[in-house]
Amino acid sequence: MMPSGWLVTAVAIAYLGLLFAVARFGDARADAGRSIISANVYSLSLAVYCTSWTFYGSVGRATSGGLSFLTIYLGPTLVLLFGTVIAKMIRISKAHRITSIADFIASRYGKSQFLAGLVTVIAVIGVIPYIALQLKAVSASFDIVFANPVDMSEPWWADSTLAIAAVMAVFTILFGTRHLDAAERHEGMVAAVAFESVVKLVAFLAVGLFVTYGLFDGFGDVFGRAAASPELAKLLTLDPARSGNWLALLILSGLAILLLPRQFQIAVVENVDESHLRRAVWLFPLYLLLINIFVFPLALGGMLHFGGTGGDADTFVLTLPLSEGASGLALFAFIGGLSAATGMVIVETIALSTMVCNDLVMPWLLRSAWFDSRARRDLSGILLGIRRFAIALILLLGYAYFRAAGEAYALVAIGLISFAAVSQFAPAMLGGLYWKQGNQAGAVAGLLGGFAVWLYTLLLPSFAKSGWIGRGFLDLGPAGMAMLKPQALFGLGGMDEISHCLFWSLLVNSALYVGVSLTTRPGATEVAQAERFVDALSRGGAAPRASLWRGSASSGELVALLERFLGPARARKQLRAYARRRDLDDWKSLPADADFVSFAETQLAGAIGSASARVMVASVVQEEELGLDEVLDILDEASQVRAYSRELEAKSKALEAATAELRAANNRLRELDRMKDDFISTVTHELRTPLTSIRALSELLLDDPRMDLSDRRRFFGIIVAEAERLTRLINQILDMAKLESGRAEWVTGEVDLATMIRESVDSVDQLFRGKGVAVELHLPETGPVIQADRDRLVQVMINLLSNAVKFVPDSGGRVAVTLAVDAGQARIEVADNGVGLNPDELDVVFEKFRQGGNTLTDKPQGTGLGLPISRQIVEYFGGRLWAESEPGQGARFIFTLPLPREAEHEN
Amino acid sequence: MRQSSTIRQRLAGIGLVGLPLLSFPLVSLPVGEFAGLPATYCYLFGVWLWLIALAAWVSERRGR
Repeated sequence: MMPSGWLVTAVAIAYLGLLFAVARFGDARADAGRSIISANVYSLSLAVYCTSWTFYGSVGRATSGGLSFLTIYLGPTLVLLFGTVIAKMIRISKAHRITSIADFIASRYGKSQFLAGLVTVIAVIGVIPYIALQLKAVSASFDIVFANPVDMSEPWWADSTLAIAAVMAVFTILFGTRHLDAAERHEGMVAAVAFESVVKLVAFLAVGLFVTYGLFDGFGDVFGRAAASPELAKLLTLDPARSGNWLALLILSGLAILLLPRQFQIAVVENVDESHLRRAVWLFPLYLLLINIFVFPLALGGMLHFGGTGGDADTFVLTLPLSEGASGLALFAFIGGLSAATGMVIVETIALSTMVCNDLVMPWLLRSAWFDSRARRDLSGILLGIRRFAIALILLLGYAYFRAAGEAYALVAIGLISFAAVSQFAPAMLGGLYWKQGNQAGAVAGLLGGFAVWLYTLLLPSFAKSGWIGRGFLDLGPAGMAMLKPQALFGLGGMDEISHCLFWSLLVNSALYVGVSLTTRPGATEVAQAERFVDALSRGGAAPRASLWRGSASSGELVALLERFLGPARARKQLRAYARRRDLDDWKSLPADADFVSFAETQLAGAIGSASARVMVASVVQEEELGLDEVLDILDEASQVRAYSRELEAKSKALEAATAELRAANNRLRELDRMKDDFISTVTHELRTPLTSIRALSELLLDDPRMDLSDRRRFFGIIVAEAERLTRLINQILDMAKLESGRAEWVTGEVDLATMIRESVDSVDQLFRGKGVAVELHLPETGPVIQADRDRLVQVMINLLSNAVKFVPDSGGRVAVTLAVDAGQARIEVADNGVGLNPDELDVVFEKFRQGGNTLTDKPQGTGLGLPISRQIVEYFGGRLWAESEPGQGARFIFTLPLPREAEHEN
Repeated sequence: MRQSSTIRQRLAGIGLVGLPLLSFPLVSLPVGEFAGLPATYCYLFGVWLWLIALAAWVSERRGR
């Protein structure tokens, strides 16, 4: 059952009405300051890439080329991953108020009107047939759902395709030229395009599901039945002979996603927020994947379903549902195809009309006498009129081409031919973004060369294949010269026509661009613009902008210029905003300096393109032309200043680090100073104690000459003992100071540890006997031998032994000395059975002037330096000295000394 | 700024891996059938989806 004609018409009208509503809503929200353009909407709007050529044509390509149709979508996926290129284009376009790809390229190469015009011409020639293709798709889909082929001979005014084209023109004029300033975004249009992307995706998926799971039993069934057919089985594998074409198509489609005027419009000009790109990087490829997943099953399913008589594979999306009587689904697919076509046409027309108006009509208009006569009036209305007229004209041209070409080859193959045309922008565009030496002459030469090769190897042959011109030159070569056959240039064969053209045209294009750029001298403006474009990401972009202009201007004339082209209301609004940025209350007081001139030029660029803006500004200011050398000097200076500031930054960082180090060293010194003070006050205190008692007793003896002899003797005894203690103390302090400063003298020789310990014990034998202490020795006959200072080790032993004697009980005291060898170390332990130490005393006893026992009640029994000195000595020989104890169980003082290797072996 | 530049470089890295994976000769390696479907079809869509998932993970991850 076919849907009735009226139903189709009504649904189509309703759908277009919905589109208007969406766009209206988007614009209303934008005016209210609540933009609906989110990262998701931005990503979806990029899917304007999928035209009706995708919606209908992919299936057709799959029936002839198998999976190679996927390259058209894999290329953009890969290019988007290098999103930094797009980010740079966005950054530059926002800074310079760039409105189209022609404007971008022209602006980069010194704001050249000629270059802008050239890019525009290439884009128009390359893209208008593509618009015609969309109209043809709409027309064909009408034929199928109406089920009566439209007679091409019927009068043009009865053609539903023309009606659709007219609606699209109205839509584009309404939503694409709301503001004169083309750098302003058209949020309503973007919203509508994103909406259309959703519709076409859902429609295609619906048809895909219907065919794969309705007509067949899923993917396995479709592929299984195709594999059984020898003809279809060939499509399931890739032909390695086509590997060159595969790569060419990847490159071609990757370039197209950057360089097609509509993609530039959506991705760059309509971008609201650079960060949206991060979502688009994966969401847009995901969209492409989804819309392609059913293409191959549809193609195979269609061929299986219709057998040999399937007719046109390009319309399987419609004919498959119709053949099963699913007229509702077919209608939905029709709407999907319609949205794919309208979305593309609308955006492409806006992009092209901006280019045509700013880069073709404007330069001509600005020179005409008619324009001069109206020079003082407000031109903003005229400008908008031109742009609207351009929209209507472009759509009309597209329609005319469609009517004229009909089923001709030139229209069917235009998708890729169009891609190849815009890929000619690649050297100038990508070179312009990353190569400062690329100049205007090089860009013009490259574009002309590449475009000429494209015309000769792709467009003219497509005309010949359509029968519009004789195909003699195609088959035999021009004037019979076989070497120059357009599609086998210099005998290069074995490629399809697209790869062939892409190879030759990009080769010629890049070679001319690079070669001419390197051999010609650029103008001053070009050098300045190159600097701004190439360094756009590394700094603000517009940094040396003002410094590169010198001259005199009157602000009155500049304001008048702005009012003429932007309209008085809008011009004043921008001026007020600009004055606020410069902290001025009144825009009338703006000084006519370089910055203001640059502002005026940028504002005009948004309305009439950068090349025309430059011409207009130059007409009202007296610019002092800077020579190339001067510009280079200024740029040099700027880069030097940058280098200096980087250096300065590095230096200040080094300085900071040095300051931090100094501060740390200072703190350390203060700490040491404090410790020294502490030490001195402790030492003087320790010295004063014996001195005080000596002095007190001496005074007693002096005051009382008749003192008892026995008292006298006792006092003198004390004085001598205290004096000895004083001497010992001073000796030890000196010793300690020497050890600490590393100036102590060491006499190193072989020391037998067992012998050394025996001698030490013998020398303090007197002490042990005096207190009745039993000494136990656990020593080998001859102990391990080490390299050390014997006297110093004896000093340590005597110190430990005399300490032990001090703390053992008066009766039954025991001291045990043990020498053991363990893990390459000699371990010497001196244990007593005295009161022992508290756990917190274990470390404290090694501090200077710490006395064992209770210093408050008992008379000090030592100098408090013996243990610290002993520890210094042991550590000097690489050992360790520590104490272990449990209170009441006595204390053990242990030190270790490392053994030489041989000794280790012996034991 | 620095973070976004890291993300850009990671994405570009994915792109550099993706190009050889999606061109000849690698695309011609899968032959025959895989799980009842043509191996080439599975390979192309599998790699494609993997690249997209990787890109989504890199660019949507919060934090570092």
